[in-house]
Amino acid sequence: MTELPPNTAKKMGLVIDLDTCVGCHACVISCKGWNTENYGAPLSDQDAYGADPAGTFLNRVHSFEVQPAATAAQPAPAAQLIHFPKSCLHCEDAPCVTVCPTGASYKRVEDGIVLVNESDCIGCGLCAWSCPYGARELDLAEGVMKKCTLCVDRIYNENLPEVDRVPSCVRTCPAGARHFGDLGDPDSAVSQLVVERGGMDLMPEMGTKPVNKYLPPRPKDKLEEQIDILAPLLAPVTETPGGFLGWLDKALDKLPGQSSGQSSDQSSGGTA
Amino acid sequence: MHPAPSVILFTTLSGLGFGLLAFLGLGSPGVTGWVAFVFYAIAYALAVGGLLASTFHLGRPERAFKAFSQWRTSWLSREGICAVTALLVMGLYAIGAIFLETHWPVLGVIGAGLSLGTVFTTSMIYTQLKTIPRWHMPLTPVMFLSFTLAGGALLAGQERLAVWFLLAAAAVQMAYWWQGDRAFATSGTTMASATGLGTEGATVRAFEPPHTGSNYLLREFVHVVGRRHAQKLRAIALILGFAVPILFLALSAESSLVKHLMAAFAVVSHMAGIAVSRWLFFAQAEHVVGLYYGKR
Repeated sequence: MTELPPNTAKKMGLVIDLDTCVGCHACVISCKGWNTENYGAPLSDQDAYGADPAGTFLNRVHSFEVQPAATAAQPAPAAQLIHFPKSCLHCEDAPCVTVCPTGASYKRVEDGIVLVNESDCIGCGLCAWSCPYGARELDLAEGVMKKCTLCVDRIYNENLPEVDRVPSCVRTCPAGARHFGDLGDPDSAVSQLVVERGGMDLMPEMGTKPVNKYLPPRPKDKLEEQIDILAPLLAPVTETPGGFLGWLDKALDKLPGQSSGQSSDQSSGGTA
Repeated sequence: MHPAPSVILFTTLSGLGFGLLAFLGLGSPGVTGWVAFVFYAIAYALAVGGLLASTFHLGRPERAFKAFSQWRTSWLSREGICAVTALLVMGLYAIGAIFLETHWPVLGVIGAGLSLGTVFTTSMIYTQLKTIPRWHMPLTPVMFLSFTLAGGALLAGQERLAVWFLLAAAAVQMAYWWQGDRAFATSGTTMASATGLGTEGATVRAFEPPHTGSNYLLREFVHVVGRRHAQKLRAIALILGFAVPILFLALSAESSLVKHLMAAFAVVSHMAGIAVSRWLFFAQAEHVVGLYYGKR
C-alpha cells in the first residue's frame, strides 16, 4: 500500500559531506555500474555514442559556486566551488509514495528505504513530479520509474565481504565524503556526525523530512600573514640588488634604448 | 512542465464530456429518445476519448488497471475510480432516457455528482504537488470545475446559464494567472533552500550541471520553449475560450439551423481556447527541481 508507515524501525540513509566531496563523479559511475546489472530493470542510455547522449542515473553530482557575502572581517571573501551529489533522500514523509496510483512505490517499515516494485509500475511519472529533489527518473527503454535503492541488494548481502555491505557510492567514494548508517539511532556514527557538523535538510519547507543529511562546507580559511615557520628564512633578504649586480643594473639603465623592466629593483637577467 | 499532448487532450476533452454528463444527469436538458442518444454519444465520446488519451503518456499502459487500487492516498487512483463509476452510473441513467423514455432523478443526481467529482479529482492530481507552486493553489480545482461547468452548459444548450458560467470561468482564469505568476516567489523555495548553501547572505549559482547532455528531469520539468509566447497565448485563450462563445450565444437567430451552427461554432471555439489554456497550464508550470540546474 502507498500509505506511509507511521514509524520505521530504522532510518537507513546517507550523510554527504559537502566539505569533502571533490566532484570526481566516481559515485555516479559506480552507482550506474552496480544498479544497471542488479536490482530491477537496467539503467538504459539513449544515443550513448551519438550527438545527443542521455541516460538514466540514480545519482548525479551538481557543482555550485557560492559567493559568501562581504563582512567587516572579510571584505572580499573568496568564492567557493561546492560539488553536490544528489540522489534519493529516502524521506520520512515521502510524497512520491502516497501519490502512486498502483502501490508500486512503497517505504519499507524495517529500514525506511523507499523502493519501486517495477512489475506494478505503470510509468505515469506522477512520483517524479511530486519529488522536489529530482531523485526519480523514468527509464525510457523500460517505461518504469527508477530510483536509488540504497543498494538494498548490497547492504544485507551475505555473499559480499562485510566491508562491501554498504551502498556502492559509499564504497567507491575516494574522498570519504559519503557515509552510510542508521539515522534513526542517535548513537550511530552517522547521527553523531550530523550533530557535530550541523547536518542539514534540503528544501525543509517542502515538509518531506528527508533521512539523508548534508554536511555544510566549512568556511574557507583566511590566509594568515605567516603560514610556515620556515617562511622568514625563505623570504628574499633584499629587494634591490647590491654589489656587482647593482652596479651592472644601474649602468645598463643609463645606456640609451629601452629596458624591459620598469625600474631597477629586478635583479634577474631581464636586461641581459 | 512538459506539455504532453495526451494530457492536454485528456483534461480538455474529458473536462467537457463530464461537464455535459453533469448537466444531463441534472435533467437540463431533460431529453429522451434519439435526441438523448446524440447528447450521450457526444458526452461519452469526449469523456472516454479523453480518458483513453491519458493512457498514452504511460510508460506501461498495459498495467493501467492497477491504478484503481490506491484510492486511500492517491488522487490519480481516486480519479480513475471516480471516472469509471461516473460513466457506469450515467450509462444506466442514459439507458433509461434513451430506451425507456424515463428519468431516474436520484441516479441522475448521483451521476452528476460523480462527473463533477471526476473533474475535481483530476484537478487535485495537480493541486496536491507542492513541487509545482503554480499548481499548488486552491484556485486550481476552482478553475478546472469552472471550465467544466461553462463547457457543460454550452454543450447542453443552456444558453442563459452558459453565458454566466463562461463569464465566471474567464474571471477565474484571469485570477489563476495573476496568482500563479506570483506562486513560485511566494513559495519560499529558492536555490538557497534547495542546496542549503545560501547561509548568511551568500549567493548560490549553478556552476556546472551533472552532465553535459539533457536528461529526463530537464525534459519533463524544465520546459521553457512554450513560455516564450505566454502573453499572446493567454489573450488567444481568453478570446477563443470565452469571448467568442459568449458573443455567439448573445446573438439571436431566427432559424434553428443558424442557431445550431452558431452553437457549434461556440463549442469549437471554446474547446480550442481551453486547449490553449491547458497548454499554458503545463508549459508555464515551473518545478522546483529546476533550481538545482539554475533554471526554472
